[in-house]
Amino acid sequence: MRKALSMLLAAAMCTSLLAGCGGSSDTGAADNTADSAADGASTSAAGGVFKLGGTGPLTGAAAIYGNAAKNGAQIAVDEINAEGGAIQFELKYEDDEHDAEKAVNAYNALKDWGMQISLGSVTSKPCEATAAETFADRIFALTPSASSVAVTADKDNMYQMCFADPNQGTASAQYIADQKLGSKIAVIYKNDDVYSSGIYEKFKAEADAKGLEIVSATTFTDASANDFSVQLGEAKSAGADLLFLPMYYQPASLILKQAHDMGYAPKFFGVDGMDGILTLEGFDTSLAEGVMLLTPFNADAEDEKTKSFVEKYKSQFGDVPNQFAADAYDCVYAYKAALEQAGCTADMSAEELCDKLIEAFSSLTFDGLTGETMTWTDGAVSKEPKGMMIQNGAYVGM
Amino acid sequence: MKKTKNLLTAGRRDYLISFGIVILAFAVVQTMILTGNITSSLKGQLVPICAYIVMAVSLNLTVGILGELSLGHAGFMSVGAFAGIVVTTSLADVIPFAPLRLALAMIVGGLLAAVAGVIIGVPVLRLKGDYLAIVTLAFGEIIKNIVNVLYIGRDAKGLHVSLLEPKFELAEGGKMIINGPMGVSGVAKLSTFTSGFVLILITLFLVLNLIHSRTGRAIMSVRDNSIAAESVGISVTRYKLLAFVISAAFAGMAGTLYAMNFSTVTAAKFDFNTSILVLVFVVLGGLGNIWGSIIAATLLTVLPELLRAVRDYRMLIYAILLIAMMLFNNSKLKVRLMEKRAAKRDSKLNKEAD
Repeated sequence: MRKALSMLLAAAMCTSLLAGCGGSSDTGAADNTADSAADGASTSAAGGVFKLGGTGPLTGAAAIYGNAAKNGAQIAVDEINAEGGAIQFELKYEDDEHDAEKAVNAYNALKDWGMQISLGSVTSKPCEATAAETFADRIFALTPSASSVAVTADKDNMYQMCFADPNQGTASAQYIADQKLGSKIAVIYKNDDVYSSGIYEKFKAEADAKGLEIVSATTFTDASANDFSVQLGEAKSAGADLLFLPMYYQPASLILKQAHDMGYAPKFFGVDGMDGILTLEGFDTSLAEGVMLLTPFNADAEDEKTKSFVEKYKSQFGDVPNQFAADAYDCVYAYKAALEQAGCTADMSAEELCDKLIEAFSSLTFDGLTGETMTWTDGAVSKEPKGMMIQNGAYVGM
Repeated sequence: MKKTKNLLTAGRRDYLISFGIVILAFAVVQTMILTGNITSSLKGQLVPICAYIVMAVSLNLTVGILGELSLGHAGFMSVGAFAGIVVTTSLADVIPFAPLRLALAMIVGGLLAAVAGVIIGVPVLRLKGDYLAIVTLAFGEIIKNIVNVLYIGRDAKGLHVSLLEPKFELAEGGKMIINGPMGVSGVAKLSTFTSGFVLILITLFLVLNLIHSRTGRAIMSVRDNSIAAESVGISVTRYKLLAFVISAAFAGMAGTLYAMNFSTVTAAKFDFNTSILVLVFVVLGGLGNIWGSIIAATLLTVLPELLRAVRDYRMLIYAILLIAMMLFNNSKLKVRLMEKRAAKRDSKLNKEAD
């Protein structure tokens, strides 16, 4: 019995290994075309289709962001291809498990596939790693959602569709000061996270400049993200009337719940990572009543573009899209606009496209789901953040 | 007489196979690179593979040869990684020659990891039992949390270090090297496949020589029966510490190699999962089997990338393969294969002796 079993397993192993080998020889073939394309030879991608690639966490704890971006981009690509214009896209997303090493692997796999323009990576740290690669390989990249400053720093061909972290921190502090939302502010942030601590740093600097008083700043980490009673207790005893939560919505939902349970009801102010809290499974949305957040995208907006996007997303993927999906959707359309403006054709090599796109993006003005008249300087986008408040389980502009 | 000859050939066989695999693989990959037949995917993984091989070989010294369980090997890797980054960034103007700078960084990284090894080893290795596993596990987490609150910056005045928050102001032209939880960004990549290859050779040379030397036999005697070893005058703690510290030093060097291959590194990368990953390499390759570690580290690093073709089932298949390999390692089939091989070798030896 044991013998039979081990033979069976060994056989299974062999076949799977062979399957793996098959895959690798495929990518090998793709690599040759990529190489010849990169050499600037006249080999063209099939049928004038631009090969668009991106990496993101499609599995693991951060999978929700990667899949949202992938789905959002897919909708845009499908729309553009259905229209049948001159510019067509072929989209491929590879899994990076929210890890810098895996992201570089995924990026290389995309290069083997023949990627001409890149959507970077979805999350910040992996994107910093792939940005260094795209910079070295001269492949143009526009990331939907990697928001840390280091992503675009010192790279002329790396662009962001989302706000950079510091902008969010500064904008939040300005908004709170201008609207006089609170005088004593408590902050809870995740100090092992680039996004959260990046926003906090700039928020603190701007709050000091604007004369806002931060009475309590407490932290948590990945390992301690399931109990916030200490942080909330400190904020409460410091008499904070506004709690700033620069973090993603899962820990924020827990904070709202625990604050409610201990009878502490300050104003809550979040950033774009808070978007998604209303669709979180098992979360009582009445707890989020009155929460304010700065976000570039609002799935409940009444304009035609947003409505059709949300509808398509819902019918295709069964969820309400979050800002990651919207950012990725915008990325594809921004690419379309830039490629049209620069007069690019799909038989250009990645390097040629890169030079043309750098030129195009420096003068591009783009209207998308996540903002109007967006422009780019040094890779960072400038668009107006929208202040939103949650009322009756829906976003309402402030 | 036959026994000693057997022992000698066992040592020589280890050398032959280990160096053979590594040099052959290097030659093949280099030809592939020169003739342009290599996929970007494989090319991108070369340095991480080298780093993981060194990690696996060094951990094998602790787990396989010394017989102590270590669950925090990634902690030493982390020490080496961040120390290496500080060194290479600080010396960027002084030593423009990249390979020399990398070598220096590796030496510093290795030394600091060795110091960490001594700090852990001195109290813990005096004890019998699984204490080392518990303490190294904690050590890995401690290092992760320390680096998360560590800020190191450099400007014209020199290095500035602070904990918890950046308490220093950098002068004009200064640069944050380690920026707390944001880790390191914008590192100049120095690691090359050749540097990884050289590090593997050095590691193999030192580790294999150690194992087949008098010291190595003393270490193995501690593993097999510490009371007997003590009775013949072997200082158990000393040999345990020696093996553990050497193992830590190589992990530090591997960490430097790994970190200098990416433009960004965070402390969170070197967590418990990475320690376990390296332990899996060692266990699958066979405890005490150095070339087994090399093959296991390579295969298990490349495998997830090869499986990209099957998309969503990638991780599932990877897990099944791991289980299958574990089962095979413990199966009667393998035992029988090994026995057959040993019998063949014995008869060959006998023939030669005749």
